[in-house]
Amino acid sequence: MSVTETQTIQKSGAAGSAKFAGSDSRKYNYFEPKGRKASHYEDMTVDVQPDPERYLLQDWIINFADGTPTYDKTWTALKSSNWHQFRAIDQEWERTHYQRQSTIVGMISNVIENGRRSGAPGRFDRAWVKVLTDHLGAYKHAEFGLGTATMQAQRYGYTQMINNAILTNSSYKLRFSQDLTLYLGELALDIEGFDQEAGKQHWLEDPVWQGTRQAIETVMGTSDFLEQYFVTNIVFEPLVGELFRSGFIMQMAAAQNDFMTPAVVSAAEGDYERNLANAVELFHLLVLDETHGEHNRKLLISWMNKHGALALLAAHQLQPIWSQPRVKAAQFTDVLDLAKNRARAIAAEIGFDVRATLDQ
Amino acid sequence: MPDSLTLNKITAQRGMSINEATRRVADLGWTPSYVQEAMTFPTDYKIKKTPRDPMKQVLRSYFPMQEEKDNRVYGALDAALRGDMFRNVEPRWVEWMKLFLAIIPFPEISAARSMAMVGRLAPGEELRTGFAMQMVDEFRHSTIQMNLKKWYMENYIDPAGFDITEAAFGKCYASTIGRQFAEGFVTGDAITSANIYLTVVAETAFTNTLFVAMPSEAARNGDYALPTVFLSVQSDESRHIGNGHSLLMSLINDPDNHLLLERDLKYAFWQNHAIVDAAIGTFVEYGTTNRDRNKESYAELWHRWIYEDYYRTYMLPLEKYGIKIHHDDVAAAWDRIVKNHYVHYTAQFFSVGWPVNFWRIEAQTDRDFEWFEHKYPGWYTKFGEYWKWYAKLSHKGETNILFNTDTGYVYPHRCWSCMVPCLIREDFCYDEVDGKTYTYCSETCRWTHKVAFAAEYEGRPTPAMGRFSGRREWESCYDGWDLADAITDLGFVRNDGKTLVPQPHLHFDDSKMWTLDDVRGHTLGSPLMNFRKLSVEEKEKAAAEYRKGFVINALN
Repeated sequence: MSVTETQTIQKSGAAGSAKFAGSDSRKYNYFEPKGRKASHYEDMTVDVQPDPERYLLQDWIINFADGTPTYDKTWTALKSSNWHQFRAIDQEWERTHYQRQSTIVGMISNVIENGRRSGAPGRFDRAWVKVLTDHLGAYKHAEFGLGTATMQAQRYGYTQMINNAILTNSSYKLRFSQDLTLYLGELALDIEGFDQEAGKQHWLEDPVWQGTRQAIETVMGTSDFLEQYFVTNIVFEPLVGELFRSGFIMQMAAAQNDFMTPAVVSAAEGDYERNLANAVELFHLLVLDETHGEHNRKLLISWMNKHGALALLAAHQLQPIWSQPRVKAAQFTDVLDLAKNRARAIAAEIGFDVRATLDQ
Repeated sequence: MPDSLTLNKITAQRGMSINEATRRVADLGWTPSYVQEAMTFPTDYKIKKTPRDPMKQVLRSYFPMQEEKDNRVYGALDAALRGDMFRNVEPRWVEWMKLFLAIIPFPEISAARSMAMVGRLAPGEELRTGFAMQMVDEFRHSTIQMNLKKWYMENYIDPAGFDITEAAFGKCYASTIGRQFAEGFVTGDAITSANIYLTVVAETAFTNTLFVAMPSEAARNGDYALPTVFLSVQSDESRHIGNGHSLLMSLINDPDNHLLLERDLKYAFWQNHAIVDAAIGTFVEYGTTNRDRNKESYAELWHRWIYEDYYRTYMLPLEKYGIKIHHDDVAAAWDRIVKNHYVHYTAQFFSVGWPVNFWRIEAQTDRDFEWFEHKYPGWYTKFGEYWKWYAKLSHKGETNILFNTDTGYVYPHRCWSCMVPCLIREDFCYDEVDGKTYTYCSETCRWTHKVAFAAEYEGRPTPAMGRFSGRREWESCYDGWDLADAITDLGFVRNDGKTLVPQPHLHFDDSKMWTLDDVRGHTLGSPLMNFRKLSVEEKEKAAAEYRKGFVINALN
């Protein structure tokens, strides 16, 4: 036998076919799970983006020209004693993300197909059709703006958990902006004179929408990625997004003979519950941080002051829309109160005070 | 039922055309007037022409399509277990997956992050949808690969190495090259990194060897899981190639961009070659037990995928736009693979360094020798004796091959640019950058560090270009350390606290497995730190000596 033929042939490569040191080590063992056992989400996510403070022996090996490394803690003004602590509440990894997104797509497609087949769009109230073209058509751009802002933000986070939570947020927002676009396009196939261009025109020119556009462009123009994530979920969504989606479209539509639009729009409410849970968890951790909590709390209040004022201005400018449907099923003042209460409740859960912004 | 009646005909209704849908979706964007969009990562390129989305897909069709792909992947993984795949899998192959799957999820998610960089740079909104889908694709790839790795860990005979995977990725001397790959996608000039390096070169050219050629070899070794996952991953790449090409076309029409394009195509092609061919070439050629003479060697695969498919049909046509293609680099890369034994030297290096790996490498045998000699004439003379030494020194009690001076092997310098060692000794070079000496595997890698990654290029200011940083020579991290202490620090010790994760064999038997005590008493050193201590004349002499190479001593 030659020297190269001395290897033993192992009969099986299957787990348990031999016992030796390490043969029972069948869990990722390099991070501290949040619970007693690591979740599948944690196994898929934690430490994939490395960190010189954990295992990155050689440090980041490419810098930007000014010396900033590949990932840098200064990309947000918020501070953390442990950026790795955060886990997304919705526990999304690719499989669950596609399953959920695909289920939503299926739900929306069924509603639209069956509604169209039954001739539902033809029975929409005429005044309501104009609301859909002008205002739902305008609002789709707000969703797109948040989608692109979070798409930008997902590059900057210091850990994989933060960046992936922002990434899925972006994916949901971009899908919903397209959902609305295609839904309106399909209504146009069934409703004569349905103006698909009106929405963008109102978004760009109608005074009713200028406060919203300014608020969205401010999010898009913000260079602090966690400020973008905060404003999206903690400020704009409760004060303007939900106000319009739930407080207007979903409450008004049925009374205008429209059962389709609330179902399409409801998907965004479900998306938001998950994005909100993730965002609240992150900002709550930062406010509780033993070293930086107070700094973070003050910063969140300042962000709330700045962007909350824009959001409230946007909300008030939207008020005339509530008068446009023929059947008035909801009052703006009532839904605005609800929106403010929602924002207060979210802020309380995170651990900061919004009285300065909301109780003017 | 009449022949003409189908469910589709009953349920079909008039819908929007694909063109109309993509046009409407592209119209979601607008030019902000209250606040300008935040500055993103900088670029020295000018992008005047609005890129087009060649795929014309919307998220409504994308998500169900991806879910269906996932269902097939996860169904196949279940089927593999029911069919007892691991009973017949080749451990030689799966061991290399500990390295490969430690490396790849970070480059994948880096590609997702890089979509933020190009998404905002490209004018118009049409391609932003393509970038958004790529972002979610890359999220898919990163986590689906983490899942596959977990699946191997749970079902393969030896989980050690999979269990420490991301920690090992950050520390290992071999995964360094994967980090160079990943950081290259997201750091520095946004177009250089996220468009040219990532999509135009890595995804368009080298994913074919990564995600198509390598899975074929997996299947030959009884591993049906890797092809299932990676061919599904590769099916997303056509979208990414489309994104990259579309943005490239919007750049190439402006002659002001040509100088930078030529720089970046040169850098990106050479570094992709240096990194991907080192790693994937080794997995395909040395991780397999299949020695079918009729199958293509890595060199033949390279010729098909990189030379014929990429160079001839993708790179060459770019010349008609007036940019210079570096034909000589393509020829040089080919020569390195077929004439200069690049892949074989890499495998030799990986195996010499086995004590600081986190996977097992077994010796090549007579059967392997015959195949290598058939595919790479002259291989046996160059490498046969080495692998005999490796087999001999794989037994516990021998002096490990890294420190065994009987073999004649000379530990290589590390290339500061591609981070693969300087394995083709005659091409070794060194230079000074900002007053410090660095070593390189080739002239092009020297050029990459000194000329391309700099504040100006051929007289043109390039303020957006990145810089090499960090402790790029892995060996300097453990200079002066005892080997056993370094392994402990790396965390490459099994859960009994003494047996090494890496082993130079496939014996799943404690009595044959090396422990810390078996490797203690040898001191690691940094070739670069030692080289820097030399005078100018001594450096030149040492370099000349290095370029002569080494001869493996005959095993008596």
